Amino acid sequence: MYTASDLRKGLRLKIDNEPFIITEFNFVKPGKGQALYRTKLKNMLNGNQFERTFRSVDNFETADLREKKMQYLYKEGDKYCFMDNENYEQVYLTEAQVGDAVNFLLDNIEVEILLFEDRPIGISLPNFVDLVVTEAEPWAKGDTVSGATKPVKVQTGYTIFVPTFVTEGEKIRIDTRTGEYLTRVKG
Amino acid sequence: MSIFHQDDHFYLARKSQALRLRARFFQSIRSFFVKQDFLEVETPIRIPSPAPEEHIEAIPSGNWFLQTSPELCMKRLLSAGYPRIFQFSKCFRADERGDQHLPEFTMLEWYVAQFDYQQLMDQCEAMLIAVLKDMGYDQNIIWQNKKINFAPGWESITVADAFFRYAPMSCQEALAKDQFDEILVEHIEPRLGADRPTFLYDYPAELAALAKIKKSDPTVAERFELYIAGMELANGFSELTDADEQRRRFEEASEARAAKHWTCYAMPEKFLHALQTMPEAAGIALGIDRMMMLLTNTAQIDDVVAFTPETL
Repeated sequence: MYTASDLRKGLRLKIDNEPFIITEFNFVKPGKGQALYRTKLKNMLNGNQFERTFRSVDNFETADLREKKMQYLYKEGDKYCFMDNENYEQVYLTEAQVGDAVNFLLDNIEVEILLFEDRPIGISLPNFVDLVVTEAEPWAKGDTVSGATKPVKVQTGYTIFVPTFVTEGEKIRIDTRTGEYLTRVKG
Repeated sequence: MSIFHQDDHFYLARKSQALRLRARFFQSIRSFFVKQDFLEVETPIRIPSPAPEEHIEAIPSGNWFLQTSPELCMKRLLSAGYPRIFQFSKCFRADERGDQHLPEFTMLEWYVAQFDYQQLMDQCEAMLIAVLKDMGYDQNIIWQNKKINFAPGWESITVADAFFRYAPMSCQEALAKDQFDEILVEHIEPRLGADRPTFLYDYPAELAALAKIKKSDPTVAERFELYIAGMELANGFSELTDADEQRRRFEEASEARAAKHWTCYAMPEKFLHALQTMPEAAGIALGIDRMMMLLTNTAQIDDVVAFTPETL
């Protein structure tokens, strides 16, 4: 059971027996009025979205979702194939089910496959991933505090805006929920 | 180690334009009020008894509280014969955090004796127009792809009319169904101040904690909110000066608070006492951080302050 104060972007709930994820969330409070939680919810089975406003007294059911470690094998047509390394069972996800996770999907990497009441329905990425910068303009020296950014490419082919001091070959941490740069990492 | 310092610098450096503009904004506002013969005042941030309001919870500080607004102390000054006062103050509200909310935020609050809410709306408009001009803006601001024109003659619409125009039900119906806040945020607020600033005024009497009831229509209070591009910027009203009525409303709010197990405050007796001699007046609170969001074209309040609770 969740209460309204648990609501945040990325939280998963069960509504009418289907799993939903909060894709947009905002706390609002009209002048002198009560706290309201405005959400956009996405049905994790069919991708349908709708908006709903909750009050601080509202309660929510948790969804029976769990993750299982699997290895990403290959893409076939518009299906992505993953293998459970414990029992060698293969499962398939559609492009829609993989979604933006494709930006962080390297061949043969281990990912968490998301199961809703034991059915595979999507990929569950860690909140942060570390990827190597494979293409970047050289750093114009001295430009450390301007706050300027530049686009670079990481090893999955994903393009991301980073501070100008980031150079090719460095490893950077990315927030998979926003797709944005967080910090450089060592090693 | 140096890597993390560099990233911290990066995030703060990115705010440099907003922070410089923010400082400039304070200067312009001060100069407007000083020219208008206002006195800048300071009242304590830490207070023993905040105004009990049904939906605003104060943050404890020792056995006192951090103020949720400087309203009570400023009214005591009004009552003691300071007729035109303004203040920039830090205000604190428990559990308020969102794109437009910080638990610690900056408010500009001012009071004018012998003014009513209509005169205060006019003054608020004049102040913001003068300040923007002083800061070098022309009459337009672009915010999140919306063009807002600040030329004089801002729109004003009553709450009842706004429900009639934008909502699926009347204001009365929304109140009866306990849906007023939801309808307001879902259907009405997004439409207000779309191309020029808009005052929403004449709030239902039951939603006025410290505002005067309108003589010609006792179902509404002389209260208004300023909206720009759908964002609520300011709340003002003709001040209630009837101490007995104020006590009754505080007691009602305290009961509603007790029912949901919120903190019980001591009755602000010194304020209620001062209210007996307070002149007719109007007062307004304007969110500085949100105004800065407009001026810097950002939808995130985090971008207009150097630090948020999460970065401390």
